[in-house]
Amino acid sequence: MANSDRQVAVKFETVSKRYGTFTALKQVSLDIFDNEFFTLLGPSGCGKTTLLRSIAGFEDIQDGAIRLFGEDIAELPPNKRSVNTVFQNYALFPHMDVTENVMFGLRMLGTSEAEARKRAQEVLDLVQLQSFADRMPNQLSGGQQQRVALARALAPNPRVLLLDEPLSALDLKLRQAVRLELQELQKDTGITFIFVTHDQEEALTMSDRIAVINAGEVQQVGNAREIYEEPNNAFVASFIGETNLIKVDVGEPQDGKVAATLPGGVQLNCSAAVGAHAGSGHLSIRPERVNFCPLDKANLTGTVQRVVYLGTDMQVEVAIQSGQTINARVQNTQMAVIPSIGETVGMQLDAAAARVLGA
Amino acid sequence: MAARLDLRRFPGFLPITWLCLVLLYAPLIVVMVYSFNDSNSVTLWGGFTLRWYVEVFTGPEAPKFKAAALNSLAIAISAAIVATTIATAAATAMLRSGQFRGKSVSFVLINLPLMVPEIVTAVASLVFFSAIGFQAGYLTILVAHIVFCIPFAYLPIAARMQGIEGAYEQAAQDLYATKWQTFRLILLPLMAPGIMSGFLLAFIISLDDFIITNFVKGAGIETLPTAIFGSVKQGIKPNIMAISTLLLLVSVVLVTVSYLLGRKGQTTPTNKGT
Repeated sequence: MANSDRQVAVKFETVSKRYGTFTALKQVSLDIFDNEFFTLLGPSGCGKTTLLRSIAGFEDIQDGAIRLFGEDIAELPPNKRSVNTVFQNYALFPHMDVTENVMFGLRMLGTSEAEARKRAQEVLDLVQLQSFADRMPNQLSGGQQQRVALARALAPNPRVLLLDEPLSALDLKLRQAVRLELQELQKDTGITFIFVTHDQEEALTMSDRIAVINAGEVQQVGNAREIYEEPNNAFVASFIGETNLIKVDVGEPQDGKVAATLPGGVQLNCSAAVGAHAGSGHLSIRPERVNFCPLDKANLTGTVQRVVYLGTDMQVEVAIQSGQTINARVQNTQMAVIPSIGETVGMQLDAAAARVLGA
Repeated sequence: MAARLDLRRFPGFLPITWLCLVLLYAPLIVVMVYSFNDSNSVTLWGGFTLRWYVEVFTGPEAPKFKAAALNSLAIAISAAIVATTIATAAATAMLRSGQFRGKSVSFVLINLPLMVPEIVTAVASLVFFSAIGFQAGYLTILVAHIVFCIPFAYLPIAARMQGIEGAYEQAAQDLYATKWQTFRLILLPLMAPGIMSGFLLAFIISLDDFIITNFVKGAGIETLPTAIFGSVKQGIKPNIMAISTLLLLVSVVLVTVSYLLGRKGQTTPTNKGT
């Protein structure tokens, strides 16, 4: 479906937020579509949580508008917004059992006791916690608490569900299982999920679309493949996975394509990000897209500095003519030819995977 | 490193400890022991008896002490209820309303009775009540007690509230609770141990108070401490020791309960995954 046809669930219009002299959000404009698993991804302190909390109503914004299905909600108190939040540490009410926690929102909305109880059972079924309905929160494991928090937020059937790093308190195995469950839950319920995380792997595996945020600004919005393979700028390229940023001379970009002259003089025709311009610039290439080859077929040569064993891969650090170091990944198979330290090697940069970045 | 900072290794630690313990508790122990003394003298030991306790409840002074005890109880309960309510409201304002003008001034005002010498408060209260034409009596005692009980109720309540993460209240509001519902259904139940602890502390402080009460009570009305003082002026009799011992017992029990509630308060509201 083309994006322009889709209903916008949450719309940020040039939203700004300052704490004293610190600007937490700079003119953020963003459309989050209905029935979408949308992730706000960025390092800690980038403003992603502020953005999420401004939807819930816990942060006042100073400029701009936030629209929930068209309605400007910036002035509404949290209890008048039909969105629910899964808090980072869950914030389950410690003096209420699981069922009471889940029923809380429905009770506040004035739903009848019988109906609220029925709905609570439904959502507890959904998160597979039927048998824990009478437990108190402190009798549950972290993973179970996380599910209760999810059930509690889903019970009132919100139009948008906000998830504030809900997996960060879980151990790795559990986190990976819950990722898939969350994704399925989103598809099953059809509720828009807005998910905040600093974990790029989490973002890539779960999301329909991702907004990469840094220093209070949206750096790029796209699906996982676009964010990873077509980064707009150096921040996105290096925050999502690993990359090499090679200084190159850039030609005039044309139709998203550009010629980049590598150190050593070889020209590479590769894609150009929005904002890429002629002159000196940066070419991004992922370590797994740097292949070793005989010197006569190479478009870049250098001297091996270090070989690091990573289990599934070997990481080879190569110093090139310009003095920069380039990382290459070689799969750790029997066929792999691992260069030795001090050796002069030829490298083939995959032009299809190389990208000249915007400033 | 830690061993060097160990206070127990300081020279003179043991004698100083014993000195403090003796100064603090020896008088109390003497009173407790002599309340069981079967002799009319307060200094000579004449064997064990419970007759002074019997005399407290049945002797010639019993009606006086009974009336005073009932006054004390009624005033302590009312003062503690009102002071706890005010302290709860004050703690909510101080800890849940963000920054506001005069916040630190408010904090000082709430806790002022802890810092002002009691005799000064006593004189000031007396002057104030007569200036506004309040007749000294039951009501003046009550008002004075409420005032000096507030900080004692405030401290455990505020300590408890500080330990409650704001996330619970945000979660409640996120789930469509109004501010008042959030306070009633979330904050208040979570604060209950602190409020109970504050109430007990205020109750004990009111029950034990002598100086301020003596100034503002007016003629004809006595609380237990003023009644005891009145009796002692005519010479210390063993039945006074029995009353004192009983009062000590009530205080110790209530302070212990208050402490235990406060300690429970420090451990319950954490909600971390296991």
